[in-house]
Amino acid sequence: MSQATNRKLPVWALRLNGSAVLLFLYAPIILLLVFSFSASRIPGQWGGFTTEWYATLFDDSRLQRTISVSIRVALISTVIATVLGTMSALALERFKFRGRRVFDALLYLPIIIPDVTMAVMMLMFFSQSFNLVEAVFGIAISKGFATIVISHVAFNIAFVSVVVRARIAGMDATLEQAASDLYATRWQAFRFVTLPLIAPGVLGGALLAVTLSLDDVVVTQFVAGPGSTTLPVYVFSLIRKGVTPTINAVSVIMLVASLILVAGSVGLQRANAFRGRQQLQTTGGTS
Amino acid sequence: MSVGIAEAKRDRNERRRGLLLALPSFAYMILFFAVPLVIVLVYSFATRTSTGSTSLSDWNLDAYRKLGEPIVRNVVLRSVVLALVTTAICLLVAYPFAWFCAHQRPVVRNMMLVAVMIPFWTNFLVRNYAWRLLLSSGGPISSFTEAIGLGETNILFTKTAVVIGLVYAYLPFMILPLFASIDRLDRRLIEAGRDLYGSGSQTFRKIVLPLTMPGVIAGSILVFVPSMGAYVTPELLGGGKETLLGSYIVTQFLTARNWPVGASLSFVLMAVMLVSTIIYFRSGGKNL
Repeated sequence: MSQATNRKLPVWALRLNGSAVLLFLYAPIILLLVFSFSASRIPGQWGGFTTEWYATLFDDSRLQRTISVSIRVALISTVIATVLGTMSALALERFKFRGRRVFDALLYLPIIIPDVTMAVMMLMFFSQSFNLVEAVFGIAISKGFATIVISHVAFNIAFVSVVVRARIAGMDATLEQAASDLYATRWQAFRFVTLPLIAPGVLGGALLAVTLSLDDVVVTQFVAGPGSTTLPVYVFSLIRKGVTPTINAVSVIMLVASLILVAGSVGLQRANAFRGRQQLQTTGGTS
Repeated sequence: MSVGIAEAKRDRNERRRGLLLALPSFAYMILFFAVPLVIVLVYSFATRTSTGSTSLSDWNLDAYRKLGEPIVRNVVLRSVVLALVTTAICLLVAYPFAWFCAHQRPVVRNMMLVAVMIPFWTNFLVRNYAWRLLLSSGGPISSFTEAIGLGETNILFTKTAVVIGLVYAYLPFMILPLFASIDRLDRRLIEAGRDLYGSGSQTFRKIVLPLTMPGVIAGSILVFVPSMGAYVTPELLGGGKETLLGSYIVTQFLTARNWPVGASLSFVLMAVMLVSTIIYFRSGGKNL
C-alpha cells in the first residue's frame, strides 16, 4: 500500500534535494578547513600545503589574551548559570510557590529575545548603574571581565533551566517518594536519587551554556571593556577588515573547539541511553 | 482536624522550600534582566539632547514617531523582506528534505537529523566567516564559476549573500519542526485520499499540508524571528552597505548615540518576537 504513495512521489528529486542540503551544510565547513592549510596569501586560493598560519597564531599575544578571556568567561559563567539554572528548574518542576508563574515567564524571555535587544539592555543597565554608583559612593567602575560574565549568566540561566526541566519532566517522581518512604531526608533523597537522575540534563545544560558563551558576539561586544575582549569579538572585528589566512586558522580552531563540545554532548546522550537500557535489564540494581 | 492543620503546615513548608530554591536565580533574573528591560523601556520615551546625551526629564513618544520616518521605515521594511525571503527559501528546501528524512529507515533518519544538527552547533561566527571566504572575490565559488565558463561571480556584500548566510544559519530550525510534524502524520490518511481519487497535488493540499501546518508555522517563526534581528550575518556578508535592523540599532548606540531611537527599535523588535512566540505556542509548538 505504501508503495502506491511512494511511486507517485518523485523520489529522485527528493534524493537530489537531500544531497544538495547536506552539501550546502558541509561544503563551507570543509572548504574552510582545507583553505586554512593553503600556502597562498590570498585566503580563498590554493597554493600548496602549509601549517604556517597556525604557527603565526602562537606569536599573536593579543589573540592569546582574548582566548584566555573567552575560556575564563565561559567556565565561570557556565558554573554559575548551571547551579542557578538547575535550582530554578527543580523549583519550577517540583514545587509550588508564590510568584512561580512570573518566574516561569521571566525565564523564557532570554531565550526568545533577540541578541541585539539583550545587548542594548545590558549596555544601558551597566552604564546607568555605574553612574549611580559613582554618584553615590564616588567609585568609578568600568566595563570589563565582570560585566561579560554577568551578561552571559543572565542569558544562560534560562537555557540551562529549559534543558534540566525537560530531564526532570521525563523523570519518575515516585522514585523520590520511595526514597522518602524509606526515611531518607529531603537532602538525602536529592543527593542520592534526584541528582544522579538529572545529572545528564545538568551536564547537557552546562555544555549548551559553554557553547552559547563561546558563540556570543553581540552581547559581549556591548559589555566588554577596552582591556578585556573575548575571542569571537576580536575575530569579528578582524573579519570586518577582511579575510586573511590567519583568520582561517583561528576559525578552524574555534570550529574544532565547538565540534569537541558537540561530540561531548552526543556522547553523553549515547552513554545515557546505554545506561538506561542496562538499568532496565538489571532491574533492582542498587547503584 | 489536626490532620488538616499538619497538612497545611507541610504545604506551607513546601512552598517556602520552593521559593528558597528559586530565590537566587529569581533575584538574579530580576536584577540583571528585568531591570535592564525596564531601563530600555524608560529610555525609549526619553529625548536625545543636542550633545548626544539623553534627557529623562520630559517623556514623549518622539523616538517612536521617528520610526515612521523614511530612513527608519526603509530599514525595517528591508529587514522584513529579507527575513521573509529567507523563510520562504528555508521552507521550500526544508519541506522535501524533512519529508525524505521521515520516510527513511530509523538508522538513516537519525543519521540525517544528526547531520543537520552538527553545523548548527558549530560556532556561529565561524559559519558566517566560512561563507565570507567562499564568496570572496577570487575565492572558491568565483574560481569555480570562472572555470566552467560562467565568469566571475561577485555576490559578496549583496543581499543575496546575506540571504545565503541567513538560510545557512537557520535552515536546521526549519527542518526539525517540519520533520516532527511530518513524522507524526498518519500515512493511512494519504492512502485514503488517493483511494478517493484525489490527485497527488490535491492530496497534498487538502490533507498533508493542513496536517503538517503546525510544523510549517513553527519552523517559519523560528527562522523569521532571528533573521529579522540578525546582526552578525548582515555585517559580515552584506558589508554594511544596506543597513538592516540589527545593525541600525547597534549604530544608534555605539556611534550615532541616539539611545531613545535605539531603545524604541529594540523594543519593537522584541514585541515582534513576543507575538511570534505566542503564535508559535498556540500552533502547538512545545519546545523552543
